Amino acid sequence: MGQAIAFYTLAALILGFAVLVITAKSAVHSILFLVADFLFVAGMYVLLGAQFLAVIQVVVYAGGIMVLYLFVVMLVNLKRPPEAHQDRRRRGRLGLLFSLVVFAELALIAVYKVASPASLVPPSAPMGPNNVEQVGWLLYTDYLIPFEVASMLLLVAMIGAIVLARREA
Amino acid sequence: MIDLLVLPLIKIVFVLTGVLVTVMYLVLLERKVQAWVQVRLGPMRVGPHGVLQPIADVLKLFIKEDITPVRADKWVYTLAPIIVLVPALIAFAVIPFGPEVSLFGKPVPLYLTDLNIGVLYVVAVASIGIYGIILAGWSSNSKYPLLGGLRSSAQLISYELAVSMTLVAVILASGSLSMVRIVEAQRENGVWFAFVQPLSLFIYFVGGLAETNRAPFDLPEAESELVAGFHTEYSGMRFALFFLAEYANMIVVSAIATTLFFGGWLQPFPNVAALKFLGFVPGWIWFVLKTFVLLYLFLWIRATLPRYRYDQLMRLGWKVLIPLALANILVVAAVKVALTR
Repeated sequence: MGQAIAFYTLAALILGFAVLVITAKSAVHSILFLVADFLFVAGMYVLLGAQFLAVIQVVVYAGGIMVLYLFVVMLVNLKRPPEAHQDRRRRGRLGLLFSLVVFAELALIAVYKVASPASLVPPSAPMGPNNVEQVGWLLYTDYLIPFEVASMLLLVAMIGAIVLARREA
Repeated sequence: MIDLLVLPLIKIVFVLTGVLVTVMYLVLLERKVQAWVQVRLGPMRVGPHGVLQPIADVLKLFIKEDITPVRADKWVYTLAPIIVLVPALIAFAVIPFGPEVSLFGKPVPLYLTDLNIGVLYVVAVASIGIYGIILAGWSSNSKYPLLGGLRSSAQLISYELAVSMTLVAVILASGSLSMVRIVEAQRENGVWFAFVQPLSLFIYFVGGLAETNRAPFDLPEAESELVAGFHTEYSGMRFALFFLAEYANMIVVSAIATTLFFGGWLQPFPNVAALKFLGFVPGWIWFVLKTFVLLYLFLWIRATLPRYRYDQLMRLGWKVLIPLALANILVVAAVKVALTR
């Protein structure tokens, strides 16, 4: 019962702040709402018993990446409000298309859930209190190759950034 | 009910009051130490040797006019000091002040909670505090705060990397992310991690100085260039919140250094039999003593070293501390593997 209340409160907060992110006039306010959103998502992880993921979510997304966003927004100094797209009708049509795609996706998930009973997907064993070790084990056994590929991707991005920054020198 | 709600609440009230009072007197201690270093007397008027000075200061800050610049972003301007202060205070949730003691026949652990990811929690909380400083600089809509805020965010991001890497080295040595377990590991090894990993301690402390914006890394508020940096426009209680956060952060850095490197609540040299007689001193007193020695180091450094230039600061962070921290992790990991073989 308590868990359900916490879940729905968090879910409502996450959705509410997500709406605020795209409706806020100022880019800095958008970023602040997004940070708050990430914190609530971290709360959701805690609710699911994945404290390690929750903390990593805060460190990497809320604390790391969003600070860089804020940096960029402050440096480019968006004084004038972003202008709306010229063609209002085209905007409406695009919006309709996107919302239809999202609706189809949600409907598919719902149909799939109803069609396949829960027993088909075995419930994963609940992670123990010390899920740091479990995440580590999974990363270095079952998911070793994706893990290494992701690290290669980061390395490439890092080298790319250095090359771009050094071009003028 | 009592274990779930009342006891933690009492502990939270105790810790918060303790931190706030410590901050007040830390400011007085700083003024006194600075004065003694410069062969002055320091505050002497309020109370004998100025011991009531902090109370006068707090009263003054309460009474002062609270100004919001006309062109400031009001919401963010109000929010920024809160974002700075709250992480500094909630970091105390995982700091173990002492082992379990028995009060009125009940075992009571002298920490709020023992998270199995305690060290990571501190890193996460510290990374949120950065927002307050950037936003304070930005929302004031004034040039010196903006420059101070940008400098500060760059500085904090750079030094956070080096500090986090030294924490990895400590975690490798102790085999746990829980603060309580790390102290226990130091007891089992019979030696403080400060002696096992002096390099980690050095990088952590230098990074800690930079993360708390303390001299010689107090560039975000370099008064000769930036007036007062990111909090130039703040006055009254809101300025006091920034002040409070800076000193609370110093206590956090010192308390974590005590926990990770100086054996937390353990007595000095827990494995030396000749020093066993020190066991009559309760653990939390050792903890407070060690934390204060480190805090004194903060003040001493401020009185001694001149401020770094901005490019020197960045060079030190990226070209010296981060490579050193990476090499440190490699060496610690190699030694650990070699020892467990």
